[in-house]
Amino acid sequence: MDWIALRLSVELGLATLAVLLPLALWLGRVLAYRRFPGRSAIEAAIALPLVLPPTVLGFYLLVGFGAQSPLGRAWEGVFGQGLAFSFEGLVLASVIANLPFAVQPVRNGFAAVPRRLREAGAVSGLSPLAVLLRIELPLAWPGIATAVVLTFAHTLGEFGVVLMVGGSIPGETRTIAIAIYDRVQAFDQQAAGIMSAVLLALSLLALGLTGSLSRRIGRQDGDG
Amino acid sequence: MAEAQGLEVRLRAQRPIALDIAFRAGPGELLALVGPSGAGKSTVLRCIAGLHRAEAGRIACAGEIWFDAGRGIDLPPHRRRAGLVFQDYALFPHMSAEGNVMAAMGHRPAAERRAAARALLARVHLAGLERRRPAELSGGQQQRVAVARALARDPAVLLLDEPFSAVDRATRRRLQAELAALRQGLAVPILLVTHDLEEALLLADRMVLLHRGRGLQTAPPAEMLARPASAEVARLLDLRNLFRARVAGHDVARGRTLLRWGARLIEAAAAPALPEGAEVDWLIPPAAVLLHRRDRPSAGERENPVEGRVIELLVLGEEARVKLDVGDPDGHPLAFSLPLHAARRNGLAVGQGCSVSLLAEAIHAMPRAVP
Repeated sequence: MDWIALRLSVELGLATLAVLLPLALWLGRVLAYRRFPGRSAIEAAIALPLVLPPTVLGFYLLVGFGAQSPLGRAWEGVFGQGLAFSFEGLVLASVIANLPFAVQPVRNGFAAVPRRLREAGAVSGLSPLAVLLRIELPLAWPGIATAVVLTFAHTLGEFGVVLMVGGSIPGETRTIAIAIYDRVQAFDQQAAGIMSAVLLALSLLALGLTGSLSRRIGRQDGDG
Repeated sequence: MAEAQGLEVRLRAQRPIALDIAFRAGPGELLALVGPSGAGKSTVLRCIAGLHRAEAGRIACAGEIWFDAGRGIDLPPHRRRAGLVFQDYALFPHMSAEGNVMAAMGHRPAAERRAAARALLARVHLAGLERRRPAELSGGQQQRVAVARALARDPAVLLLDEPFSAVDRATRRRLQAELAALRQGLAVPILLVTHDLEEALLLADRMVLLHRGRGLQTAPPAEMLARPASAEVARLLDLRNLFRARVAGHDVARGRTLLRWGARLIEAAAAPALPEGAEVDWLIPPAAVLLHRRDRPSAGERENPVEGRVIELLVLGEEARVKLDVGDPDGHPLAFSLPLHAARRNGLAVGQGCSVSLLAEAIHAMPRAVP
């Protein structure tokens, strides 16, 4: 059992969520409520990682992160270290690869909040921020919870993009999914089996957690 | 400063919906906005609440300017003290009845809110149901929560958008009575949007008739029904017995205006503003059409006697509704009602001739709109 790889995967999942969730909340809400030119283009771009083979996405990210690219150069200039084959590079790649898994459920969650209710909030004297916190977020919660679970689970299991962008550096970029692959390559079926079972258990736990959480939120009185 | 306490609305727009309307509502006054669906009634309410922006106009309430297109003033909804009851109530489904009401009490200290919400819910007869979610309440109870929530922010104007349309008839009667009682303790203008003329008659002090975004007439409901400003208003109010005529002259001494109606000359209530020779529309309520009794002629028969032939006789319960062909130049029949026994006694039947009097005082002549 490669505990370091598991810890790295969980850290990658949490770091991805920390970056992606605020972005997805903002972007999903804008896409759900605003009509503006270029909206469908943005939606298509967000959905692209769904249909692109992970290795292809990984390849372009690798090129984009490289020392020859403006982003890679800028990053290296600021942090003194390249993006490719680093944990930070993995987080950025993971954020991009997970865009559709986070943004689409969040957008659907916000879109499910009837416009009347948002208007009723405003007419009840709630500021736009209060409408967001007290009306929109509680009602869009199932979509947001889905986004969190999907993003986290997908990050734990992501293989192609991680391998392309991060390689398999122990403690830096070797995630549990890659460790499983390495173990299978080394005919270590037992270790691969244990790690797969851990991933399965984590996935089930995450699903159960969101399920019960959204039920509890559904029951509670939002009158505090 | 009675003016400053009330609501003053002037709106103009071409798009997305045409609007051209101006009205005032005083403190405690219930003003109904009446008109067919699509007339722009709800849009006017949304403009006042700040949910819709007209291209031009001004909205002032309780001495505050909420909207002034000319001066670039447009307060967002949460800064306008307007309580709005939505047609479908739009209650927050994840909050209890009490939570819904408390959500609109942001201007009060947090410690006071629960007690104030309970008091408001008791006022709309919902004591004991404070903890229920909207889904656990009946339609009528939901409407009461919506009213309580609209009152919770201590509004300077109460806006009701078809608040009785989503409940059954019996509940509607009860809620209407409750609103009539509730408004006695309210010192703010109340705007009621409805397409139901009876509802306006029942509840409103005055009403504004809207058609395609235009305010056609503002008057107390009974007055508008008796004296519509134009044939268009009369048609929208579904008033019958609308005819065309020409002003033949004014009999100032007797307080009458003479109308040339086809070949007839009839006397109408004085309408001195109408110039002689002008083409006018005129109207007589069915209740002011009196059948001449065959057996016993009376003195009233000298008043605008009209001969006709029965072309339709409908029996509705104890009432007979009669349409007479009276040779109107446009071919419109004259309609009136009478008790069924009176129709029988006078031998009214389709194809029979009969004569009626049109009570001059009830004949209302209106200027003809320029097409």
